[in-house]
Amino acid sequence: MKFSRIIANSGEWLSGDGPHRQIVVSSRVRLARNLREKPFPGWSKKAERIEVMRLVKDAVEHLPEMAESYSENLEALSPLEKQVLVERHLISREHAAKGVGSAVVMNEPQTLSVMINEEDHLRMQSICCGLQLEKVFSMINRVDSELEGMLEFAFDPELGYLTACPTNVGTGMRASAMLHLPGLVMSDQINKIVNSVNKIGLAVRGLHGEGTEAMGNLFQVSNQTTLGETEDEIIGRLNRVIEQILEHEKNARALLAQRKSVTLYDQIGRAYGVLSNAYSMSSKEALNLLSVIKLGVDLEVFPESRRFPIDELFIETQPAHLQKGAQAQKMSADERDTLRAAIIRAKLKQVPEPDIARLQADANENGEEKNDE
Amino acid sequence: MQCDVCHSKEATVFLTQIVEGKMQKVNLCESCSKEKGVNDPTGFALADLLMGLGAAQDIEKSPGTLKCTVCGFTQADFKKTGRLGCSSCYGVFAEGLRGMLRNMHKGTTHTGKTPAGFEKLRQHGEAMRSLQKNLDQAVAAEEYERAADLRDKIRQIEAELRA
Repeated sequence: MKFSRIIANSGEWLSGDGPHRQIVVSSRVRLARNLREKPFPGWSKKAERIEVMRLVKDAVEHLPEMAESYSENLEALSPLEKQVLVERHLISREHAAKGVGSAVVMNEPQTLSVMINEEDHLRMQSICCGLQLEKVFSMINRVDSELEGMLEFAFDPELGYLTACPTNVGTGMRASAMLHLPGLVMSDQINKIVNSVNKIGLAVRGLHGEGTEAMGNLFQVSNQTTLGETEDEIIGRLNRVIEQILEHEKNARALLAQRKSVTLYDQIGRAYGVLSNAYSMSSKEALNLLSVIKLGVDLEVFPESRRFPIDELFIETQPAHLQKGAQAQKMSADERDTLRAAIIRAKLKQVPEPDIARLQADANENGEEKNDE
Repeated sequence: MQCDVCHSKEATVFLTQIVEGKMQKVNLCESCSKEKGVNDPTGFALADLLMGLGAAQDIEKSPGTLKCTVCGFTQADFKKTGRLGCSSCYGVFAEGLRGMLRNMHKGTTHTGKTPAGFEKLRQHGEAMRSLQKNLDQAVAAEEYERAADLRDKIRQIEAELRA
């Protein structure tokens, strides 16, 4: 399968459906595995990395899940193509920096991807729309069990799966959910939430994981520890915390609509105005404003039929996707900002003006209920 | 106070985090804090950073200069990278790693998935040990018929393992 074919379709996690998908953008589970007694990628010579890559790639390509797949050595991809895969969360930023001796294999719907020779010999992930960590885990777990028959994984009865970094040892599993939390950000509660989640041993991170900034009110919640609990226990713990955050976000949105309705209309109206009329826009500004429009769709200020086109803009306006779409190998930041604004303007033409009356009606209704009490 | 990462510049960023009742502290200089993405301490997991540092300190305590016979990885390498060389390193540096894993994770023993092949081996191993024990007892008690039965069972498992 060709790169262009992968790129032509947005991944299933963006276009698909799943529980709580208004707030939970995607669920993802990643497993780290290594081959026995072969040096980890960071400590191996080029020839050793190539040997491991051949072994692993051959096994992965033979999986029934990968019958229709895209498989490529990283040195064969341009920096721009790698960045496109990063923006789609199909490879990590660390993996994009790799060259000879590393590879990536992914299935056509882009729900499964296997990074070969990232920090570990195998980093395999499964990603789906909405909150469905159990399903995502069972998908990647099946792939792992199938690979077990073809490759000899480094496993210790006491320490579990052995990984390059001791923080991943045990299950080698990182389960995460991408949450869209504009309500908690607008009501200044997000720091409180982030702090309490960190305190119970889970991590909250920005859009592209470790060390990245939170943009577009998107936050990634994941498990921090991998040893001493079963996969189900880790996922159960994560699910309970995510459900709590969901409740807080819903409450924050309801309170905003009720008590700070003018601020909320103002933000939605301004975001719509700027996105519809701007001629130059950075990717950060675009994400932050699109987040407010997405909130508007959730609040039914914009028609539900516009949800997917808006969601798509989150990915389409990322730097590498813009450039790839324009088929330009080189583009300055200014040129990208101009193109980004043009793409957004065109798409916003299909979105009617915010129907604030609906929001006001809701707020009044809630207000009356409150008076009755 | 020196920076915990580069050990050269003066630390100006001080972070404290409580994870499950344990206090973790780290001191960073301006440039290292930027590099580690600590511009917003609230959205940042200290454990990510600490693992590299704590790891190096813990492993230093283990006696002698250890070196992995499989991949040639040393303690100094671990201190530099925060990563291990190969799966055998876990055995070589076990002593130093133990304390570190205890601080890093919920427990020290894996309770999750086990590869199917490994599980089979483990079960076979257990069955063999128990049969061997019974065989020894049978021989000691001069119950030769039972001993012969047990010996046949052991041979059967050995054959299965070879297959």
